[in-house]
Amino acid sequence: MIATILGQTAFPEAMGSLTLGHYLFVSGVMFALGVIGFLTRRNLIIMFLCTEMMFQAAGIALIAFSRFYLHHTGQSFVIFVLTVAAAEAAMALALVVLLFRRRENLNAEEWAELSG
Amino acid sequence: MLETVGQGVLGGFTGLLASLASPQNGGATVGPWWVILIPLLPIVAVLMCTVCAIARVRSKLPAFLTVVCLGAAFGLSLLMYLQLSGGEHVTVAYRWIDFAWGEGPGQRFTADFGFYVDSLTCLWMLFVTGLATLIALYASEYMSHDLGLGYCRFFAAFNLFVFSMACLVMGSNLIMLYLGWEGVGLCSYLLIGYFYKKPSAVAAAKKAFIMNRIGDLGLALGVMLTFVHFGTVDYAELFASEKLQGYTAALKAGHIDQIPLVAQLIPVLLMIGAFGKSAQLPLYVWLPDAMEGPTPVSALIHAATMVTAGVYLIARTYPLFLCSQYALPIVAWVGVGTALLSATIAMAQFDIKRIMAYSTVSQLGFMFAGLAFLSSAGAAFHVFTHAFFKATLFLCCGAVMHGFAGQLDLRKLSGVAYMKGWGIVGIAMLIGCLNLAGFPFSAGFFSKDMILAEAFVTPGPGYTFLGWVLLLTAGLTAYYTFRVFFRVFIGPKYYEPGDELHAHDDHGHDHAGDHAHSRTSHDTHEPGSGHEFHPHPPGIAINLVLAILAGLSVVAAGAYFIGDHGGWVARLVHESSADTVHVHDANTAAFLAGRGGHASEHAAHGTFLGQDPHKIMYYVSAAIGFVGIAVAFVLHYLGRTTAATSRADKLLPTLGPIATLAQRKWLVDEFYDFLIRKPLWVLSHIFHLIDRLLVDGLVNALGFLPRMCGQSVRRTQSGVLHDYAVWMAGGVAAIAVFIWIITL
Repeated sequence: MIATILGQTAFPEAMGSLTLGHYLFVSGVMFALGVIGFLTRRNLIIMFLCTEMMFQAAGIALIAFSRFYLHHTGQSFVIFVLTVAAAEAAMALALVVLLFRRRENLNAEEWAELSG
Repeated sequence: MLETVGQGVLGGFTGLLASLASPQNGGATVGPWWVILIPLLPIVAVLMCTVCAIARVRSKLPAFLTVVCLGAAFGLSLLMYLQLSGGEHVTVAYRWIDFAWGEGPGQRFTADFGFYVDSLTCLWMLFVTGLATLIALYASEYMSHDLGLGYCRFFAAFNLFVFSMACLVMGSNLIMLYLGWEGVGLCSYLLIGYFYKKPSAVAAAKKAFIMNRIGDLGLALGVMLTFVHFGTVDYAELFASEKLQGYTAALKAGHIDQIPLVAQLIPVLLMIGAFGKSAQLPLYVWLPDAMEGPTPVSALIHAATMVTAGVYLIARTYPLFLCSQYALPIVAWVGVGTALLSATIAMAQFDIKRIMAYSTVSQLGFMFAGLAFLSSAGAAFHVFTHAFFKATLFLCCGAVMHGFAGQLDLRKLSGVAYMKGWGIVGIAMLIGCLNLAGFPFSAGFFSKDMILAEAFVTPGPGYTFLGWVLLLTAGLTAYYTFRVFFRVFIGPKYYEPGDELHAHDDHGHDHAGDHAHSRTSHDTHEPGSGHEFHPHPPGIAINLVLAILAGLSVVAAGAYFIGDHGGWVARLVHESSADTVHVHDANTAAFLAGRGGHASEHAAHGTFLGQDPHKIMYYVSAAIGFVGIAVAFVLHYLGRTTAATSRADKLLPTLGPIATLAQRKWLVDEFYDFLIRKPLWVLSHIFHLIDRLLVDGLVNALGFLPRMCGQSVRRTQSGVLHDYAVWMAGGVAAIAVFIWIITL
């Protein structure tokens, strides 16, 4: 089914109307940017923002599918994801602040104590 | 007062037990209930000594409780003897062991906690309880330096020994005998190791226990095989069993080869147990070391009573031994070999207590030889006389040791009998020595003669040769006995104190008070023999016991003249299971039949130098005894001016290495060390290596495997966040690629 969707929507034929493919394209680009940012940057806050971006990419994809299939499950799911993401963001930022206080530094490579 | 109450309560208790018990032993009549009190009284004494220990009694109370209880046990033994009118009776306290695994014969094992009383039992119990009472009285003074917990411990173990010995002697079955056998072994261990702070005493205790264990294995196997073969371990049932009766009949008919090998093997196994307990070759080495214990213990356990348990075992199961053509000849050779070997060692020792210990081993060899020469009466009589005179000798040595602070070296003591207050010890020692040397008309003379004469009467493999060896040993015995007497008890007065004063200080005892009453011997003090030391002569308890024992040693000779043919002891033996008379000639015939051509050389009755051995042996052994004493007199008394030297020293170089070897006990301990301990040591180290390399190696290898697996993957766990992220992203990419491929 995924193959069908991707095959139909990768490059939309009608430029005037927004199709599912557009949304998924935006979502994919956002997700890819998030992954790239997460992998390449060393600043903990930036990396955290990248994860938020991947979250929102997934959210966009879910809402797009929800609209496409005229089914509200995806949208309600996204509401929950947003709520959890907000809570998690509060937590994560607090942790980041604590880490910063400890080392005066936000480089993710500073913390490698779990090495085997 | 306490004892009488205790006796009343316990008497009622055992009476109840006896009335509950069911009299179901084959054939034997039911004995009186109070027989149970004889082993019970020592146990009561054990409990009272324990109470004394808990109450921290620091007086001689435990000793007096012991003397009263053991005296009462002796009185009951006397009553038991007087009430016995031939035959035997069994008193069962309760059924001890009873289990069945089938309905057929030999599928039910029973053992009563019961007591088999016949004349042999009475003989043994009389001298065991009698000597125990006297020696407890002696020990009350001898152990007085250890008043308090040690004193209670000593008498508790002492009483436990008498209880175990009573079980051993009076038990109505082989299981009871085994119980007593292990019990006396335990008490022997406890009492040898009494001075547990002394490493040599602890080592000696362990040695005695382990050596006995080897013998006990033989005994246990013998008891098991008895049950397997005869289906019972009860004496009354065993002696009445059809199998044994059949074997005895076959023996009388001269068909010893018809008796199955299993039945002939039983006494061989029992014999190994007897060798362990009675210190015979090759298991005798523990007994001389056992002298580390207090002297009363050496006298009672390691001279008079416990070590005769082996003789008792063979005498008790004599019908079994007669049915074997292997057991008694082995007993003869081992007994005579032990007698000679230990006599030669005794000749070269300097520690007088060790000399007496080797003498005990040697005399036990005589007893075993007596049993083997079909003279169970002679063996029992020698046990009886030996019990008295050897206890006397040991207690005299103990008195010397007690008075001279542990001095036992015959080169450092001389003329003790002439010192003030030592007269009774000297006379008692003389009587004991005369008995041991076989001086004419002493008790030891008659009992030894009975054995020596039988050696030439009874035909058997090399028995005549063994008889000559025994005669030689008798001469050696006379020599080493009087060597001690001439060196230590008469001659110029001289002494050096032993090192026990310091030992007592180590124990934390105040010895000064003990010596306060010994100022009287001040005049014998010689220069160079210690600074503040004064020997203290024995007190009233020691002197009284020595006088009684010396008297009994003399009186024991009279037993030979009560009744005919061997005297009182012989009558007791012939009325019991140890009787040989009725099979004597038949067994002789059987032996002769087994040895074919020799039958014509030996008549029905053996001869000694062409004479009847029974008649001529008196003169021969008396002459040999005289020679031994005379040699000792010349070498160790005539012209001796100091304690340390004698004429014998001049003879030593001519003997060459023999004297040194004898003094070093023929290196038997070193030989055992080399033969058993060293290989065991090597073997245990090999096993240790195997354990460490093979077993530990396998286990360690199993532990190594997961560690290696972990080692190989632990590098992936860098702890750096980005590495994990890369792995995760890579994983997601791989899944995406995978999905893309399968949906193409």
